[in-house]
Amino acid sequence: MAEHTIKAFDEEIDRLRGLIAEMGGRAEAAIENAMLALQRQDQRLAAEVVADDKRIDALEAEVEKLVVQIIALRAPMANDLRDVIAALKIVSVVERIGDYAKNIAKRVPLIAANQHKLEPVSLLPSMGQVAGEMVQDALNAFAARDAELALAVVERDQVVDDFYDSVFRTLVTYMVENPKTISECAHLLFIAKNIERIGDHATNVAEMVYYAATGQTLPERERGGTQQQEN
Amino acid sequence: MTEEQQSLAIANPKMTARDVKVFYGEKQAIKGVSIDVDMDHVTAFIGPSGCGKSTFLRTLNRMNDTVASARVEGQITLDGEDIYAPSMDVVQLRARVGMVFQKPNPFPKSIYENIAYGPRIHGLAAGKADMDVIVEKSLRRAGLWDEVKDRLNDSGTALSGGQQQRLCIGRAIAVEPEVILMDEPCSALDPIATAKIEELIHELRGRYGIVIVTHNMQQAARVSQRTAFFHLGELVEYGVTSDIFTNPRQERTKDYITGRYG
Repeated sequence: MAEHTIKAFDEEIDRLRGLIAEMGGRAEAAIENAMLALQRQDQRLAAEVVADDKRIDALEAEVEKLVVQIIALRAPMANDLRDVIAALKIVSVVERIGDYAKNIAKRVPLIAANQHKLEPVSLLPSMGQVAGEMVQDALNAFAARDAELALAVVERDQVVDDFYDSVFRTLVTYMVENPKTISECAHLLFIAKNIERIGDHATNVAEMVYYAATGQTLPERERGGTQQQEN
Repeated sequence: MTEEQQSLAIANPKMTARDVKVFYGEKQAIKGVSIDVDMDHVTAFIGPSGCGKSTFLRTLNRMNDTVASARVEGQITLDGEDIYAPSMDVVQLRARVGMVFQKPNPFPKSIYENIAYGPRIHGLAAGKADMDVIVEKSLRRAGLWDEVKDRLNDSGTALSGGQQQRLCIGRAIAVEPEVILMDEPCSALDPIATAKIEELIHELRGRYGIVIVTHNMQQAARVSQRTAFFHLGELVEYGVTSDIFTNPRQERTKDYITGRYG
């Protein structure tokens, strides 16, 4: 894309993109580390995830400030306008994603404290990986203004939803058979739900990216699996 | 599936331009422009200097007639009547399609006379009482009455720039035009005076067809419902203003309004 006649405007947009890329990278790392901590029952890593969330929150505040400044001083138009509005919305969603990762990490000590070996845990890392990749791709799509990649993220949400349904059924069955594990299984259910929400949020980011890149909004999707589950 | 762009349909065009071409001698300044103007929408013309937006505006009330080398092709109608037809009375046309210029240009006469001059030469007032009514009504519509009602005999040139420009709008209104063309009406005004003119444009919409040429894109975004982007004599893109400024279709439009042009 051609550069702005006013160079400082380009610098601000670049800075905005840099901050969002950094925020996305941190959110993705938070998900990955939270899942790793869960798998390895690594409480120190879990505590790091919780502590690092502050940095994500700080990045959100920084982006909000920059967006307000750009709108006030540059009066962005067309794709520039869509970019900064999308940026503003994206960071609040990524902040939520960070919170979910933090929530997962906070549950690690509660599960590790128990001596039971929990079989259903085996599905969660793959589920977390897909959700983490969705976050990564959604933010890469923003950086590259790539509508196709954003669409692919939206479509992948179904995979996470299917994972969730599967984990839900497995855990319920497991709890019925091993009532002593109900407390741990409940934590695992919340973790699965958190990952499922991360997938939904990554999808929301992808929808905003699609709008920013094309000026068109995606039609409302049907969220299949989880809604049936909740009924 | 994608969202449709908002409808551009102009149901009752006041003026229509079809494949309008303007030449200055050998040089073609306007390359086949078609556009409709109605009473319900303010139309803004934007584009870089020399893009043809002012030239095109001036074809709408034949201001280009005064330029010896200018030649206009294509068709422009007002209420379905060809304004370039030999039978068209140009003086009458310019009363029906009024114009406000970049620099306020009140006559060096009293405020009252500035407004009364047009109605008098067009024979719109039967007597002094009639004229008083026209002057008050025009100044009220121009949003100037309250500021000048106690000094109607002061010179129009003694007013501030913003007031002078509203006086010029009142002068255009006084002859009961159907369309008002504004060629950068705020470029010589400060932001407050500009805001007053913009508010006035908003109030005049519906009563008159309004076409405004502006260098200030924010102004086009604020006052118009239709925006036309001109570049090198072409009408590059014409659309609903909110679409043009959030999601322009043409690369050249986007580059211009986002400040990437040239």
